Amino acid sequence: MIYLKAILSLAGLGAVFGIMLGLAAKKFAVESDPRIEKITGVLPGANCGGCGYPGCSGLASAIVGGSAPVDGCPVGGQAVADKIAGIMGIQAVHARERQVARVMCGGGADKASSRFAYIGIKDCRAAELVSGGPKACTFGCLGFGTCVKACPFGAIEMGSDGLPVIDEIKCTGCGKCIAACPRGIIALVPVSKRTHVLCRSHARGAEVRKVCKVGCIGCGICVKTCPNSAIVLEDNLARIIPDKCDNCGKCIEKCPTKCITMANESDSRVAVEAGVGASGRPSTRNEDSAGCCVAK
Amino acid sequence: MRELLVIFFAGVLLNNFILSRFLGICPFIGVSKRIETAAGMGMAVIFVMAVASVITWAVQYYILVPLDLGYLQTIAFILVIAALVQLVEMVILKVSPTLYQALGIYLPLITTNCAVLGVAIINIRENYDIIQTAVNGIAGAAGFTLAIILFAGIRERLDFAPIPEALKGFPLALITAGLMSIAFLGFTGFKLAALFGL
Repeated sequence: MIYLKAILSLAGLGAVFGIMLGLAAKKFAVESDPRIEKITGVLPGANCGGCGYPGCSGLASAIVGGSAPVDGCPVGGQAVADKIAGIMGIQAVHARERQVARVMCGGGADKASSRFAYIGIKDCRAAELVSGGPKACTFGCLGFGTCVKACPFGAIEMGSDGLPVIDEIKCTGCGKCIAACPRGIIALVPVSKRTHVLCRSHARGAEVRKVCKVGCIGCGICVKTCPNSAIVLEDNLARIIPDKCDNCGKCIEKCPTKCITMANESDSRVAVEAGVGASGRPSTRNEDSAGCCVAK
Repeated sequence: MRELLVIFFAGVLLNNFILSRFLGICPFIGVSKRIETAAGMGMAVIFVMAVASVITWAVQYYILVPLDLGYLQTIAFILVIAALVQLVEMVILKVSPTLYQALGIYLPLITTNCAVLGVAIINIRENYDIIQTAVNGIAGAAGFTLAIILFAGIRERLDFAPIPEALKGFPLALITAGLMSIAFLGFTGFKLAALFGL
């Protein structure tokens, strides 16, 4: 009897509230555009925020609302843009060329020197706070893999030389690693542009030579060599203008410090695999540079 | 009437739910980044707490006490609060989708906001009648709103202050909340009853 009373009274309460809510749901029903749901379904669903909207559903409502283009998702690329164009009932547009992230530093642990032994938290942002980081070059990659942790797609691994290696097949160009890197070494570039100056140092040539074997010394030979005048020298650093570069590779041959390189997809993965094979873990150099670097 | 004023000011200042009773901290920290959303949250909580107070009072004295089911108080009250929050959620989604977006997960979380259950149980414990219950509910929620809006104002200004990296975000928010709590402790000395001539 006592159980029955308890069960019935609570069930009664529940039923009353249930009916009340049911009626309210009818009265306050909100019609949402069914296209938003459809587009959200088509989008990758990683909620990476690479489009500039809060998550995939945020982009979907922006597309339906007309404030974002159908190719607004940098991750999905052309395939997704076509599907969304289909849902929106408009002509498919040509999506922008796929962008991939590239690490613009070639100064691995064997090529660039350190100033002191850093034994703090293994995070580039933390290391940067300690007197500008252990690396002698204040522009170079610190190699603690903050970008590796930031990548939502698992496209970045630490190479055997203590520099991150980006798998350009997995990379979606969302830009998370760029935001994570305290030194702004990573840049988004069109995937077809493969010639890059792997240096971000604005220091004068003599200083660069002191701290790194493969830094850009700002000699300007590449600027003179380039047949398309696609290279400019800005503040002691050569910069390749992607629109003009046709990957001819002449600058690579002439560069005295070999800081200009041709990005090669197979190379980058070989490097990662070599790192794994050497010690069973890909981040051997990372650990070296974290604790055991002696100032030279 | 004077007694109701005492209950009201005691609820807002002396027994402030967040800064004195330490109930409802989750939305207090979570939705206090901007004054606008904090105010929206405050309004939602005022509605839920006022209505929940009255309904739980009715449930207590018309269902639980006559049927001798006092031990079901917590679960019955939670049921009332959950249903009310659902209702508020629907209304806000209809009336102000922007506020709905801004409140995000914290809106359904009012259900588990212990301040709401707290006020319902305190009403019963203090043997308030229905008018006093309603006033106490509104006062408790007004205190919550006051605290969260003040806090959001401070946090908005802190955004521009040079803050050590390690303290940015929640650490500093918690320190700020602690200092506010100490400040509100000052109200304890008020003799409200004497102030209103009781």
